[in-house]
Amino acid sequence: MKNEVENIQIGKKKFEYKELVTKLGPLLALIVLVIFVTFLNPSFISATNLLNLLRQVSTNALIAFGMTFVIITGGIDLSVGSTLALSSALTAGMIVSGLDPVLAMIVGVGIGFVLGAVNGLLITKGKMAPFIATLATMTIFRGLTLVLTDGKPITGIGDSFIFKFMGRGYLFGIPFPVVLTLVCFAVLFMLLHKMTFGRKTFAIGGNEKAAYIAGIKSDRIKVMIYAISGMMASISGIIITSRLNSAQPTAGTSYEMDAIASVVLGGTSLSGGRGRIVGTLIGALIIGTLNNGLNLLGVSSFYQQVVKGIVIIIAVLIDRKK
Amino acid sequence: MEVRMTGITKSFGSNSVLRGVDFDIRPGEVHALMGENGAGKSTLMNILTGLHKADDGRVFINGEERIFSNPKEAEEHGLSFIHQEMNTWSDMTVLENLFIGKEIKNSLGWIKTKEMKALAKETFNELGIHLDLNRDVGTLSVGQQQMIEIAKSLMTNAEVIIMDEPTAALTEREIDVLFKIIAKLKSRNVSIIYISHRMEEIFKISDRITVMRDGVSVDTKNTSETHNDEIVRMMVGRDLEDYYPKKDAKIGEVVFEAKQLGQEKVFKDISFQVKSGEIVGFSGLMGAGRTEVMRSIFGIDALDEGELYLEGEKIQIKAPSDAIRQGIGFLTEDRKVEGLILDYSIRDNISLPSIDGFKKHFLIDTKAEEDFTGMLVKRLNIKSMSQEDPTSSLSGGNQQKVVLAKWVGIGSKVLILDEPTRGVDVGAKREIYQLMNELAERGVAIIMVSSDLPEILGVSDRVIVIHEGKLAGELPKAEATEEKIMTLATGGY
Repeated sequence: MKNEVENIQIGKKKFEYKELVTKLGPLLALIVLVIFVTFLNPSFISATNLLNLLRQVSTNALIAFGMTFVIITGGIDLSVGSTLALSSALTAGMIVSGLDPVLAMIVGVGIGFVLGAVNGLLITKGKMAPFIATLATMTIFRGLTLVLTDGKPITGIGDSFIFKFMGRGYLFGIPFPVVLTLVCFAVLFMLLHKMTFGRKTFAIGGNEKAAYIAGIKSDRIKVMIYAISGMMASISGIIITSRLNSAQPTAGTSYEMDAIASVVLGGTSLSGGRGRIVGTLIGALIIGTLNNGLNLLGVSSFYQQVVKGIVIIIAVLIDRKK
Repeated sequence: MEVRMTGITKSFGSNSVLRGVDFDIRPGEVHALMGENGAGKSTLMNILTGLHKADDGRVFINGEERIFSNPKEAEEHGLSFIHQEMNTWSDMTVLENLFIGKEIKNSLGWIKTKEMKALAKETFNELGIHLDLNRDVGTLSVGQQQMIEIAKSLMTNAEVIIMDEPTAALTEREIDVLFKIIAKLKSRNVSIIYISHRMEEIFKISDRITVMRDGVSVDTKNTSETHNDEIVRMMVGRDLEDYYPKKDAKIGEVVFEAKQLGQEKVFKDISFQVKSGEIVGFSGLMGAGRTEVMRSIFGIDALDEGELYLEGEKIQIKAPSDAIRQGIGFLTEDRKVEGLILDYSIRDNISLPSIDGFKKHFLIDTKAEEDFTGMLVKRLNIKSMSQEDPTSSLSGGNQQKVVLAKWVGIGSKVLILDEPTRGVDVGAKREIYQLMNELAERGVAIIMVSSDLPEILGVSDRVIVIHEGKLAGELPKAEATEEKIMTLATGGY
């Protein structure tokens, strides 16, 4: 039998052009972009700017990682920006009212998880289309944030070392948000590509009916996935709150767009069933490089939006060609 | 219209479906096209009507070479195809359905309902159809919907009408009406290509019979000069006894029992037992409720009443995951929609119901998963380059074996197979029967739903017939015949 198994696997090493494009395409695009921007403005490649860039990328990347799971199941989560704002406001509020900052942050992440789970329940038990369900909760969560904060930023969070460290700290010279992003990436990478949870996620996206009949509790998995998405948004929120030393009621507005764009640029299919979290990381870096690079080149922020949109269209068109 | 097809060849990927088929139609004849599932009948007809493009071969219409590039073009030239799954819009009226896309309009684009009604009535009268033009098509029976399709093709001046298993879902009376309509069409010099498995019908209405097998046309005979046994031999290529492999599993204790199962408006009072090593065939007309019973046993749809017992113990099944945990496997009717994730590899598909068994320190033990898949691929003789090949690249037979491997892999005690050989070629069919026998020998209790009567008779130890959601009767192998089953299935005694 040993031989048999080996025989069957010979075909595996077959060179697949299509697969190579999928895997290396986004990375290639990133490299070209970096070279291009460096050529136009060499200060892009300086260590200070690169660390700065990575820190900017981290808040979007964290959200995009969660979004990757959602999109692989064929869903979408529009509520991440509002979830970020609501969980940040609650976390800041708890710290201001005297709760231990570490505990407050843990509760804050828990709130993100619960808000995400609400999305998941609306989608599975309520049988709502993910777009509609998260569109509704997007406005609900934003509205609740405004009610809670009375439309004003929450300040006076104090100077807990751990809390400041989340957004402003450095570990071996690397901004802590970047370290945190890499840790989250490693954990979620294992979850998506090496564990049964990820296998089930893909199965749901590939053919939900067949997955259900194969005994996958698709509702439970989907609730978990939206909860993870909410949780990642709240982690991103903590970094932002720490950096600004205040919780803004409008924080995270339209962050869902950058997150979705990162996922799509990374080669994950919006129709579900196909995708890689490594791609999302690269996608987030592409978005970040564009933002940072266009700033360095002095392109107006109005034009930046146009350029970002065009890049997304080109990426999807190339993806379609496969 | 005279149609002649010569040397038609077609493959889908590596799967060669037609290998040099010759076929011809004369004006005003009923030409029966027979053959097992997967013999290539539908593909041949799809090539004739322009849905598929032949790799090789020529088509002549009234002596002139002609290739239709799509079904619409074929229809405009008088060839229409009435598929088994009909193209009706259930929320639209009979009239709207008759004229869909071909509405009679004035120069401003207004639809002229009056003229459409007149034309529809004329056609209906001619065919002896009595149907209210304002009724929603969804409220009509399958037979009535079929009549609409026939009327529709006649209104486009069809000279050749292809009917794919037109009687599969009809009652006796509806079949009689259909035959009368066919006779009328013949008298108008319309030719009918009649695809069917039902021997009796073929001999009643056809003028000539062409039998296909494994992508070639075996022979064409005048109906008056042939007989039942000759046709069967041509279809199967060997005698029937060899076609269905001999089963010598020992039948043991009752493994699975269903008591008084019911689902509102679908089925009621369904009780039966299956013993270890036994294959129980479920027969009945399309829509009788067989599939629905199986789906609710497996937890896909909810049961309204009834109890399930496994090895004497009462079990609760709320979702497929419960059924799988109890050791019940279910091969669904439509493997592409519910059985497989087509884009995913053979391995991903086979290991999916067993995936929780491969957890080692939180991670998937990929080595164990590969070995497991390798063992099943070998045991079921799934032909592919690699475990990593997407299942969409496999032939129908190999796809079906992948689905079976999923359920063999969980170590099923009870295996429910819904149309296990649909769209599978003859060779793979036999392998599937052999595998069923082998599983029975290991004590698996097998339930097989099939619309293929010879298969039901050839494979089952016992046949249960369902009619309109109720048990119509049970026949042990020795007593089961096509006639007896059809009588029960159509509500006779």
